[in-house]
Amino acid sequence: MSLFLKLLFRNRLAGFGAVVLGVIVLLALLTPILPLHPPNETNTANRYLRPLSDGHLLGTDHLGRDLLSRLLWGTRLSLAVGFAAALIAGLAGAAIGVIAGYFGGRTDNVTMRGIDMLMAFPYILLALAIVAVLGPGLLNALIAVAVVNIPFFARNIRGVTVGIAHREFIDAARLAGMGHTRILLTEVVPNIVPVVVIAMSTTIGWMILETAGLSFLGLGSQPPQADLGSMLGEARSALITAPHTSIVPGVMILLIVMSVNLLGDGIRDALDPRLRSGALARPMAATRVERREVPAAQGEGFLRIDALETQFQVGRRIYKAVNKVSLDLQPGECLGLIGESGSGKSVTALSVMGLVASPPGVITGGAVRLEGKDLIGAPYELLRSLRGRKVAYIFQDPLSTLHPLYRIGDQLIEAIRVHEPVSHGEAHKRAVKLLEDVRIPNAAARVRAYPHELSGGMRQRVGIAMALANDPDIIIADEPTTALDVTVQAQILALLDELRQRRGLAILFITHDFGVVGQLCDRVAVMYGGRIVETGPTQDVLEGPAHPYTKRLIACVPELGGGRRILAAIPGLPPAVDQLPEGCAFAPRCDKAQDACRRGEIELKGETRKVRCLYPEVAP
Amino acid sequence: MGGYILKRLLSAIPVLLGITVIVFLIMAMIPGDPATAILGSYATPENVARLNRFLGLDEPLWRQYFIWLGNMLQGDFGRSFALNRPVLDEILDRFSATLILAGTAFVLCALLGVIAGTISAARQYGFADKAITFVVILGISVPSFFLGMMMILIFAVQLRWFPVSGMYSIWGGGDLPDLIRHLTMPAIALSVVATGVVARLSRGAMLEVLRQDFIRTARAKGVHERRVIWGHALRAAMVSIIPVLGIQAGFVLSGAVYIEMVFQWPGVGRMLVDAILKRDILLVQGGVVFIAACYVGFNIVVDVAQAWLDPRIKT
Amino acid sequence: MTLALKTTDLAKTFDIGKRLIGPPRAQVHAVHPVSLDVQTGETLGIVGESGCGKSTLARMLVGLEPPTSGSIEIEGRALDRADPAAFGRLIQYVFQDPVSSLNPRKTIRQIMEVPLRLLHGMRGQALDDRIAELFEAVNLRPEFLTRYPHEFSGGQAQRIGIARALAASPRILILDEPVSALDVSVQAQVLNLLADLKAEFNLTYLFISHDLAVVEAVSDRIAVLYFGSVVETGPAEKVFAAPRHPYTRLLAESAPVVGRPLGGAQSGELPDPLNPPPGCAFAGRCPRASDLCRREVPALRKIEGDQFAACHHPLEP
Ligand SMILES: Nc1ncnc2c1ncn2[C@@H]1O[C@H](COP(=O)(O)OP(=O)(O)OP(=O)(O)O)[C@@H](O)[C@H]1O
Ligand code: SF4
Ligand code: SF4
Ligand SMILES: [Mg+2]
Repeated sequence: MSLFLKLLFRNRLAGFGAVVLGVIVLLALLTPILPLHPPNETNTANRYLRPLSDGHLLGTDHLGRDLLSRLLWGTRLSLAVGFAAALIAGLAGAAIGVIAGYFGGRTDNVTMRGIDMLMAFPYILLALAIVAVLGPGLLNALIAVAVVNIPFFARNIRGVTVGIAHREFIDAARLAGMGHTRILLTEVVPNIVPVVVIAMSTTIGWMILETAGLSFLGLGSQPPQADLGSMLGEARSALITAPHTSIVPGVMILLIVMSVNLLGDGIRDALDPRLRSGALARPMAATRVERREVPAAQGEGFLRIDALETQFQVGRRIYKAVNKVSLDLQPGECLGLIGESGSGKSVTALSVMGLVASPPGVITGGAVRLEGKDLIGAPYELLRSLRGRKVAYIFQDPLSTLHPLYRIGDQLIEAIRVHEPVSHGEAHKRAVKLLEDVRIPNAAARVRAYPHELSGGMRQRVGIAMALANDPDIIIADEPTTALDVTVQAQILALLDELRQRRGLAILFITHDFGVVGQLCDRVAVMYGGRIVETGPTQDVLEGPAHPYTKRLIACVPELGGGRRILAAIPGLPPAVDQLPEGCAFAPRCDKAQDACRRGEIELKGETRKVRCLYPEVAP
Repeated sequence: MGGYILKRLLSAIPVLLGITVIVFLIMAMIPGDPATAILGSYATPENVARLNRFLGLDEPLWRQYFIWLGNMLQGDFGRSFALNRPVLDEILDRFSATLILAGTAFVLCALLGVIAGTISAARQYGFADKAITFVVILGISVPSFFLGMMMILIFAVQLRWFPVSGMYSIWGGGDLPDLIRHLTMPAIALSVVATGVVARLSRGAMLEVLRQDFIRTARAKGVHERRVIWGHALRAAMVSIIPVLGIQAGFVLSGAVYIEMVFQWPGVGRMLVDAILKRDILLVQGGVVFIAACYVGFNIVVDVAQAWLDPRIKT
Repeated sequence: MTLALKTTDLAKTFDIGKRLIGPPRAQVHAVHPVSLDVQTGETLGIVGESGCGKSTLARMLVGLEPPTSGSIEIEGRALDRADPAAFGRLIQYVFQDPVSSLNPRKTIRQIMEVPLRLLHGMRGQALDDRIAELFEAVNLRPEFLTRYPHEFSGGQAQRIGIARALAASPRILILDEPVSALDVSVQAQVLNLLADLKAEFNLTYLFISHDLAVVEAVSDRIAVLYFGSVVETGPAEKVFAAPRHPYTRLLAESAPVVGRPLGGAQSGELPDPLNPPPGCAFAGRCPRASDLCRREVPALRKIEGDQFAACHHPLEP
């Protein structure tokens, strides 16, 4: 709760809204005991007094009634009606939505058709029809507004409930012996409460506006009782002669609704877990760079990464995802980058062309040199002209990495034409050729297909074709086969290997599978906790791993043909990169660890084989 | 695509029938009988009974419904007793005025909203974003009728840029420039709230899309940032913006009721409010069915646009 | 040995494009009639590629999905009504995604209590003791009980999921890809834990995975699923080493193994489930396919000893 309040008030606008609304609600609550004129006391002699006149702070209306008093009483009424309407609509809508969404099937179908039917009316028609039946009056307006908004809540909550009803913990609850009612009450409802609160807090303002609107039309509160809407409605005829009678209630509505909206947005942001972590930030065109010094090139290399440091700055935490990583890639070479989830492989790869999402990503140090030219902090236009032309990427999940709404042919043509001013027809021809190169059958027809019409393997072939579009020198493949089935994976790997031989491509191949590395890569680099812990020729590393982590990782992964066995597990967990221990990151899990391992910086030492360990398994 | 449109049109038939049933039932629940309302409270019981028979009100409810429905299908919406003219004539006269007002406001809100939202997302936390966010919050918080009144006070009364109210000048006028002069203020007042909502939603949808993997792919290809935003991202965001535009059309149509009151615009909204206050049931019934039917038609257009944009929808 | 689990022609057909009234637009046969026997104390591995019906089969076995036809027997008792609560005491399920299988709004203690209370009517001290015992068995510290699921890593959450399944004191555990969401170095911990628990509680496992090496390492027997059907079963040490069904061989050759050249790169993909071919579903990709294969669906039959395959022209070892 206190976390919630802290988050809420971190948002200054929401805090402002809360204060304004607080003051208004307080005034509304205190209205009966404040020394005010009775709101309905008429005094025709004092009609249309201007604000700040004697005894009437805000002036008087067409019957000489005190505006301040009427304003406060009206505010009371409007607030009460708005909140009540939101509460009724929210609860009724949530109940309908939860039941329809949880049970699904016919219940859902019938309910939702009914809801759709109601939503086929522009909302005010329904409200007007309801008022027509019930007759004008504030209570009837409240009912109308609440009823009209039920479908919106029901739909919204149903969608969320469907998502929750298919989560595995619901299945788990059923297996644990829970019945439907119990699951609804203890498993589903607690999870949708935040959604309902968000929906209500972001619509209360709207409800207040709507009830005010009906009153404005003369269909809500009836004289002499007045809410803010009917005050405005009555004042309309004197708009030109006595504008203050309109402005006073109008501004009050504006203030209430605005403060409610600001507060509602704040509540939404504080409750929505995605916004909480700042994840809804828009990634910029290129990763932010905050680099103090440029390290000298540590050697030759077609592509050289020197002491690269990339961090994620989330709130006060700093995740050192990539920590002084140095790599080099020669023309035509395949370098494998292997490591467990979260070890920083992807971030390393994305840093090369400034594609790390930023915020929260920042490159804080190091250099990436392509043919000797440093790319970190290079002007956007230079980076853009290299992306896809010199260095191309293949990503993991081919469904989410292709644009779902463009034909694959158009995506290929675009890739060609951003870097080369060829005609559309020419580009089209080349796109077909590319698809043939990656062995997509019937390429001439497939260019017109959309990504969702292809299988996973075919989509990944398209991804490869796109990477090849401009004949790049380097391809960075970030787990291109992890999302695929083994048989398809074998096809894709064979294709990549063949293309590499034929075109002389250099590949940086990221994976967590030693088998794949062993089959495809010339050299391998092992990452742990954001650092390279070992590199060397693939065969040497796999056959005689020097770093304890590499050795034990290889040992704990079962290999086909090994038969039934107990695996040599590594105890403990991979480190969290926001609180890396001093010294060796593997020390807490290493059975060779000595005191020296937990102190200072451990160098990556060696020539062709390098290892970052004080007591390596074999001498590098 | 043609097949999809046909399918969508056919699926509208049950919705339309449902609408007529809902409207009919609501109207049947109205307390007091129309005959008394028409003849006044001093009418003799015989006269009331005669009129009831004449209006078909002594029939069972379901027969009344089918008679009413059959008549409507033949273009006979009945006669408004308060105005003493055929309901359909009155609706058609008024509806064109509403269509001009609401249509203009809708186009404004769709264009401005999407553009503002996109800029806002592209410049997240920048000055443009803050400015747009502020205006949007203000826009969705101000009651449109109050905004209309203030616009009259400032731009019509004080500055005399625009006429205070009405659709055409009483003397002379009647041409397009005259209409535009009269239309400007109400259309803007009407579109403000919807623009705010659309802008907000577009911003959210764009931010959501900009985090997606395929945006990273586009950037990795070397696509220009401008095209990444206004091409790749906006196109994908439109998939979630378009349904909102459909809903907003309903809100614009609804808001038109207030604006027509404030600006004395001769549209259906004002007609309906008057009819309700005068308990002119046939006019209310006819008006509601007519507008709802138009709205259903508009939503078909929205769905077709959506299907055209998103190939994943089965056409 | 006694039979722990027996399915007879268990099948599931999903309706696609349901209408309010009238028949659905299309049907997908997610699981073709499957007959399996699992002995008490055995681990049966089930492998197959995505979409081949592994999870549907598993969900039918625990009653989460009503079968379209066929029957399930657990220790000789028929269980055909799809009621998870009735199944719960006999057979439990461990989910693939450990975090999403725990309700984010409940503490671990609340989650652990449910099966003990509802399935075994435990209360008070007995309940607390049992939870402590289970936590000890899965190597988790008791202070975790007061925390919420998001505070745990995948491996820890999976241990909690296993502890919850064990709380029902089932005879059989269905493990649906229990380690595929975990870090490589944590996988082995969980696999070893599962092996220990099996011995300690005398359990029978159905271990589902797409990872051939993992399945081979933990199973006594393996069943290979392709396109909703069991195409081969046999002892773990033989299925991949000497496959009898061409699809099994393709699988085994596709698995990346250090030191083996890239291979198995046959083209071809799964058939369209909405429009399945007649005859053998693998015929389109099979180097041995004959006209007979394209005409007649091969039945699962004994090839030699305890190896079974559904193939007209099975491979020689
Ligand atoms: N957008 C982000 N915000 C905050 N932290 C992030 C973000 N993206 C990555 N990280 C952190 O950076 C570290 C390295 O992540 P990275 O994606 O490079 O790992 P990986 O080795 O590619 O893992 P995987 O095998 O899962 O792909 C992780 O600890 C992760 O938590
Ligand atoms: S440096 Fe020490 S703790 Fe680290 S891997 Fe080597 S031996 Fe183990
Ligand atoms: S039945 Fe025929 S097509 Fe099917 S796997 Fe056997 S040989 Fe191949
Ligand atoms: Mg990664």
